[in-house]
Amino acid sequence: MSTEFVDNDRKPVGYGRMLRKEDPRFVRGKGRFIDDVQLPGMLHLALLRAPIAHGRILGVDTTAAEAHPKVKLVVTGAMLAERGLAWMPTMSGDVQAVLATDKVRFQGQEVAFVVAEDRYAARDALELIDVEYEQLPAVANVRTALDPAAPVIRDDLAGKTDNHCFDWETGDRAATEAAFADADVVVSQDMVYPRVHPAPLETCGAVADYDAVDGGLTLWCTTQAPHAHRTLYALVSGLPEHMIRVISPDIGGGFGNKVPIYPGYVCAIVASLLTGEPVKWTEDRSENLTSTAFARDYIMHGELAATRDGRILAIRTRVLADHGAFNGVAAPTNYPAGFFGVFTGSYDIRAAYCAMTAVYTNKAPGGVAYSCSFRITEAVYLIERLVDCLAFELELDPVELRLANLLRPEQFPYTTRTGWVYDSGNYEATLREALRIADYDGLRREQRDKRARGELMGIGVSFFTEAVGAGPRRDMDIMGLGMADGAELRVHPTGKAVLRVSCQTQGQGHETTFAQIVAEEIGIPPADIKVVHGDTDQTPFGLGTYGSRSTSVSGAAAAMVARKVRDKARLIASAMLEISVADLVWDKGSFAVVGDPTSCVTIQDIAMHAHGTGELPDGVEGSLEAQVHYNPENLTYPNGAYICVVDVDPDTAVVTVRRFVAVDDCGTRINPMIIEGQVHRGLTDGVGMALMEMIAFDDDGNCLSGSLMDYLLPSALEVPDWQTGFTVTPSPHHPIGAKGVGESATVGSPPAVVNAVMDALKPYGLRHADMPLTPSRLWEAMRGNPQPPV
Amino acid sequence: MQLPAPFDYERATSVDHTIQLLDRLGGTARIVAGGHSLLPMMKLRLVHVEYLIDINDLHGELGYIRVEPTRIRIGAMTRHRELLDSPELRRALPIFHDAERVIADPLVRNRGTIGGSLCQADPSEDLSAVCTTLNASCVIRGRGGERVVTMAELYRGPYETAVGPAEILTEIRIPLRAGGSSAFEKVGRRAGDWAVVSCGVAVWLDGAVITDARVGLAAVGPNTTGIPAVSQALRGRAPSETLFAAAGAIAAEYCTPVDDQRGSVDYKRHLAAELTRRALRRAVARIDGREL
Ligand SMILES: Cc1cc2nc3c(=O)[nH]c(=O)nc-3n(C[C@H](O)[C@H](O)[C@H](O)COP(=O)(O)OP(=O)(O)OC[C@H]3O[C@@H](n4cnc5c(N)ncnc54)[C@H](O)[C@@H]3O)c2cc1C
Repeated sequence: MSTEFVDNDRKPVGYGRMLRKEDPRFVRGKGRFIDDVQLPGMLHLALLRAPIAHGRILGVDTTAAEAHPKVKLVVTGAMLAERGLAWMPTMSGDVQAVLATDKVRFQGQEVAFVVAEDRYAARDALELIDVEYEQLPAVANVRTALDPAAPVIRDDLAGKTDNHCFDWETGDRAATEAAFADADVVVSQDMVYPRVHPAPLETCGAVADYDAVDGGLTLWCTTQAPHAHRTLYALVSGLPEHMIRVISPDIGGGFGNKVPIYPGYVCAIVASLLTGEPVKWTEDRSENLTSTAFARDYIMHGELAATRDGRILAIRTRVLADHGAFNGVAAPTNYPAGFFGVFTGSYDIRAAYCAMTAVYTNKAPGGVAYSCSFRITEAVYLIERLVDCLAFELELDPVELRLANLLRPEQFPYTTRTGWVYDSGNYEATLREALRIADYDGLRREQRDKRARGELMGIGVSFFTEAVGAGPRRDMDIMGLGMADGAELRVHPTGKAVLRVSCQTQGQGHETTFAQIVAEEIGIPPADIKVVHGDTDQTPFGLGTYGSRSTSVSGAAAAMVARKVRDKARLIASAMLEISVADLVWDKGSFAVVGDPTSCVTIQDIAMHAHGTGELPDGVEGSLEAQVHYNPENLTYPNGAYICVVDVDPDTAVVTVRRFVAVDDCGTRINPMIIEGQVHRGLTDGVGMALMEMIAFDDDGNCLSGSLMDYLLPSALEVPDWQTGFTVTPSPHHPIGAKGVGESATVGSPPAVVNAVMDALKPYGLRHADMPLTPSRLWEAMRGNPQPPV
Repeated sequence: MQLPAPFDYERATSVDHTIQLLDRLGGTARIVAGGHSLLPMMKLRLVHVEYLIDINDLHGELGYIRVEPTRIRIGAMTRHRELLDSPELRRALPIFHDAERVIADPLVRNRGTIGGSLCQADPSEDLSAVCTTLNASCVIRGRGGERVVTMAELYRGPYETAVGPAEILTEIRIPLRAGGSSAFEKVGRRAGDWAVVSCGVAVWLDGAVITDARVGLAAVGPNTTGIPAVSQALRGRAPSETLFAAAGAIAAEYCTPVDDQRGSVDYKRHLAAELTRRALRRAVARIDGREL
């Protein structure tokens, strides 16, 4: 069976391939990022950070720093405590120190800040602050965090006597155990998804400008969720919400790193309140890597139960989650493990159960972040590695095993054993499309020949199902704020339009995609539609951009608001053409009288009429504007099939990713070029995580990955030319059938790469080795000594 | 942006001017050449410098590759990029081209210099391994005049050299002998990464017999190391896979790597062997004209 899919490259007013509207300013160096914000009288803030992972603060002497001629202000945790600001809530019900008062709990934790006339002076003055620590033993090893003898990290929490953070479970334990008991075959595998970092090119920062005269605070900030941040600042600081304006200008990459509220933002606000001047804080690279939201850090034990002929019956997993010193995870309240519950993957599995324990360690707080759709990266890695382990044990081709177990089109909407309702999919067609592009059979033949010559070539397959676009708001919220998004559309008299949305672009191309969505609905060319975002005073409320929720939520809002405008335009057109609404036909961009295409008015004519002096139908007001708030009925479930081809040098264990085929089904495709760009980025991420990225610590909790020479990001030289393909299975409940694609490739690619490397090493009898598969780690595995990275 | 501590800056106009400045400013001054090692350390505040003496204007005086009948002289300010692009150098000593292709990235190569590379004395320096392999000598100038030291004398430990506080490295001299060739092999975790291990080899043949051979290994000891036992094992023998493997085994045995994020001790020893073997194979093939 082969299904042909055609790119919707129609280049009309609406969907199709077009260059990004935002790119001229970026390629000309005219982007405006936080560090480009310059205000008169602006001061600069630098943070003093803990040099050790765990220690009691015995004293902080700021005298010498205060004496520095350019220093305006030095603030310690004790000073914040006097104002009740030393601690702040995290997005997951914990608290986090803004500045440490009692103890430091991870290397790089914020201890004090200096505000000075310039950035160099602020940085220099940090060295004049003298902090006396009593060093405490650090909990650097997650596996021993719950030992009775382990030092208690969170003694700030009343009655806390251990490092336990939370327990979580999902699925049906009894049914799963029964399925395992009856199974012919059980495979189990320990695997670690190491701590990695989003490492956006632009580090985090803020400019806070408190106006003492009108009592207003303007905060330019690297935030993926400006509205949510505004509300949280109001709740924490007591400043009235209408006097807070959060502006997120151009953002140089987010990947989840810019969802949390960091101490630096709060310190900048405090500094502006105290000095009455605007205050800028910009992190340096090491601060970003060592103190801001990491991702993953799951120690997993997974098991699959199956019949001897390869029918998967049940899945079971235990997870130990390292949450660092504070539970700073940004995930919907009811989902402490994010959406890890989708670990049944893309398969028809009859029983599933997961038990998770999360612990505190002396490491940076955070979690979830990094293009993972709330932990789906970990879930997909678990199931896709397990399926390959099963194929290994049953001596089956991994593709055949997947084909035998993938959900079938007629099963959708499909409710998984952990309660997720997959909206739509045509998994087999998607996988077969990837096989076709890759010439899978040809690759296997090539591999056979190479193996005969002693060469190590591997072919890795993964199939993923994502769950993106949170809400619905009834069960998804961030600190009580429902996950739904607003959009507002104004069509000006001359027929040009402004769309205001609550999500925030960090490079995804919203200014283009969203203009195209509106264009498709009302027939105004994308070039004539300006997209305004990232400013709470200029846009309607909504929860922001992460978890691939922009197109799936704000994109839906954009389509809905455009339809609302079109509905009004129809009423006005009927007055203009003096004909009943029922006798009008819409042909993208104009209404015509049925049967008389020459009697028609364009959307531009209608816009002018709406603002002019002519007659309007009864009950219709002038102007052509609308606003909506879109609350998704369900998540959308993008999916895809990835095939990776690697060569492994048998002597040095160096892995070369030679080919990569990615077939994505993200439903309706708005701008295929932008989709491909998103996929290329995510695939590069995947190669990075599989082969080189990891935030490592030594036994004392010192971070060993504080620069880009130590935290390795892949470059163009480590990745092949990506081959992308697609299938289109629209989401049935999304207004335009789009599913979101921002994180698909990050989620789907790591297991494809690891599966490929393991496939290459089959002659060594090796079934699993943990990421990152650096040459040294892989070589150790090849000689029978695979070691977990933590 | 990482910010260095305050420092003063002087721009030298000649080698003599540099020496005068160093002499006047004493131990608080540091030469900056390409800046690709020094500036990152200043920004991370691992190094505090009161004066930077910028010698980039000396590129005219110290930026050269001179091929003479019995030696090659390379000025200390010669940039990685120039070493990579020089056809004469590649013809005489292909090891340079091999190494430069895998050192850092174009940005670093456009500014970084051979003098800075050697004076940095990083245990993982690829060019140091090249110079060790080639038995280079270094010309150092100070107020009292010029002296010439061997690579072994230049290095005093990680990040420590024989170049005194008021001295400047001006030239690297590499002896040329007929009948030989060279090659360089490196394993990194990624393009532009420092070596997990890198290895240079130079071999000379007389007919079917190796008359001399040298290796230079980086990242497996406090400084780059030439392992004399390897040379001894190779001299007077006919090149063969067995011999190359034996030489590799000696390299693995004599080197002293440490465990770190780049790799385990065992892996690094294994690489020392494997890369020695590969580099020997390639250098010999070059002599035979079987490879470029
Ligand atoms: C991203 C990156 C990747 C890198 N990757 C590699 C790699 O893969 N392999 C590798 O080998 N190297 C690598 N390097 C190092 C690079 O090759 C060296 O930094 C650089 O070439 C050193 O030369 P420089 O001219 O920049 O020295 P500088 O940084 O200017 O100086 C280094 C030191 O030498 C001293 N010095 C400089 N010139 C002289 C002189 N003439 N006389 C006396 N003292 C002097 C300085 O005072 C200073 O102490 C990398 C560097 C970076 C930034």
